[in-house]
Amino acid sequence: MSIFILRRVLTLAATLLGASLIIFLVLDALPGNAAQMLMGADASPDAVRALTVKLGLDQPLVYRYLLWLKGLAVGDLGNSYVYGTPVAALIAERLALTIPLALLSMSITVVLALAAGIYTAANHNRIGDVGVMSLTQIGIALPNFWFAILLILLFSVKLQWLSAGGFAGWEDGIWEGIRSLLLPAISLALVQAAILARVTRSAVLEVLREDFVRTARAKGLSKREVLWQHVLRNAMIPVMTVMGLQFANLLAGTIVIENVFYLPGLGRLIFQSIANRDLIVVRNCVMLLAAMVVTVNFVVDVLYAFIDPRIKVHNL
Amino acid sequence: MPPASPPAAGFWRRALRHRSFVLGGTLVLLVVVAALVSLVWTPWPPYDIDIAAKLKPPSAAHWLGTDAFGRDIVSLLLVGARSTILVGVIAVGIGLTFGVCLGLIAAARKGWAGELILRMSDFTFAFPAVLSAIMLAAAIGPGMVTSIAAIGIFQIPIFVRVTRGSANQIWAREFVLAARGSGKGSFRITIEHVLPNIMPVLIVQATIQFALAILAEAALSYLGLGTQPPQPSWGRMLNDAQSLLFQAPSLAVYPGVAIAIAVLGLNLLGDGLRDLLDPRLARER
Repeated sequence: MSIFILRRVLTLAATLLGASLIIFLVLDALPGNAAQMLMGADASPDAVRALTVKLGLDQPLVYRYLLWLKGLAVGDLGNSYVYGTPVAALIAERLALTIPLALLSMSITVVLALAAGIYTAANHNRIGDVGVMSLTQIGIALPNFWFAILLILLFSVKLQWLSAGGFAGWEDGIWEGIRSLLLPAISLALVQAAILARVTRSAVLEVLREDFVRTARAKGLSKREVLWQHVLRNAMIPVMTVMGLQFANLLAGTIVIENVFYLPGLGRLIFQSIANRDLIVVRNCVMLLAAMVVTVNFVVDVLYAFIDPRIKVHNL
Repeated sequence: MPPASPPAAGFWRRALRHRSFVLGGTLVLLVVVAALVSLVWTPWPPYDIDIAAKLKPPSAAHWLGTDAFGRDIVSLLLVGARSTILVGVIAVGIGLTFGVCLGLIAAARKGWAGELILRMSDFTFAFPAVLSAIMLAAAIGPGMVTSIAAIGIFQIPIFVRVTRGSANQIWAREFVLAARGSGKGSFRITIEHVLPNIMPVLIVQATIQFALAILAEAALSYLGLGTQPPQPSWGRMLNDAQSLLFQAPSLAVYPGVAIAIAVLGLNLLGDGLRDLLDPRLARER
């Protein structure tokens, strides 16, 4: 078991290192002189030179890369090229919105998907199944940002129940904050839920076909008892794997949705920084996002091995 | 002898009776025809700005109305179909070409080469299309090339996995063992036996990936990282419509419906193809 975890941890470290290398190459080596871009084409060469030195951009690439890695280890991400303030503080402040949004949306997704998946599997090939499956078929075809716009159209423009964007902040109380995150979370959640519902349904159907289910029914357990006590536990394994894999999509979706609702989260920070040519912020944000995805995949991998010990043997 | 593929006439007879295939195929055909038609004709020139006619509701002259610059919505949708299909085809093409090659190599050569390819392709999963597009846009600026590159790169590992998985199954079959026994090299076996037999899986996967590519392209255009103005694009039309939600709400509906039709069509087509091309792959619906 420990060898399995050790190998996984090493892979995790290697992947993180590789990701940082790629990100650094694309964002720092590729674009050319960042100071030049910040100041514009008309700036005097002396001014550009001064800014280059001030931002530490005249150092060789390898040195800057290693400096960044060292900073990542201790939590010092450098200072924004545009504002001069520490990047870490900027990111932390934005995370206070993005993480609750992601969590809220993931909760809604799980609740909806599990309910729909179990319901359709239990009512296999009857009207309920066909109806819900058609809905999910349409659901996975909708761009989540379009769904968000439709929700805004309905709830903000027509009904005027919720605002069309912006974030009230957490100071006015948790409920106010959640209220502004409700539409964004729902629009993110619905499309993910459609995907997950389909996966849940096939997972439950697969398990329902197993011999031990037939045995349990023969023993006299009711359909409901069999479902809750035996089937679900086994069906959860592929479902959880898919949820873990969906995390990357969740993050990508969060970035898009934050832009739809003008929420001051990580997504908007990235876009504003691209517009400002503040590449150091972009670099650290992208690294953070990639690290989150890789870490979640790692956690799912290890968790999977705990739940299904056969995996350790086959997938060392 | 490798198993024969279904005779062509029989395939079409079965296909045209398959609900998903017909429905999906019709929707996809609709989009393709729209793009092709736009090459020779549109109701109005899509780039013509006519401020006097801005934000008009649907009428006999403008079937779906006009946008904030007076451009005809139907024409914009038709030309937008072009960018959508173009980006989708090229991005999936990139994924297919590189992914299948790498996957075939990984299946043919067990040992560290295969492992390495697998690990590197898994690594790419850390960068969803939006993330790669953000990085590329920051580095080389936004545009159609940026979105094609970002989406294409993300397609490669998916095709590597699928190709390798199916190819491994074929490599384990008796007729391949027989071919090896008779002295055929790995390369010839791959080309003559493995590739033709994994075609059905690849076709189905490509259809599904096309759908995902369209969704990704729409998101990137919406964010301003993809197709740039004045080239019409469904995603960007949605972004423009969002600021006018109170004045012209219907503008936000049409491009979204177009995207949904394209993606739904491809999903249904993929489901249908999966059932038709390899009944062994067909699962409980």
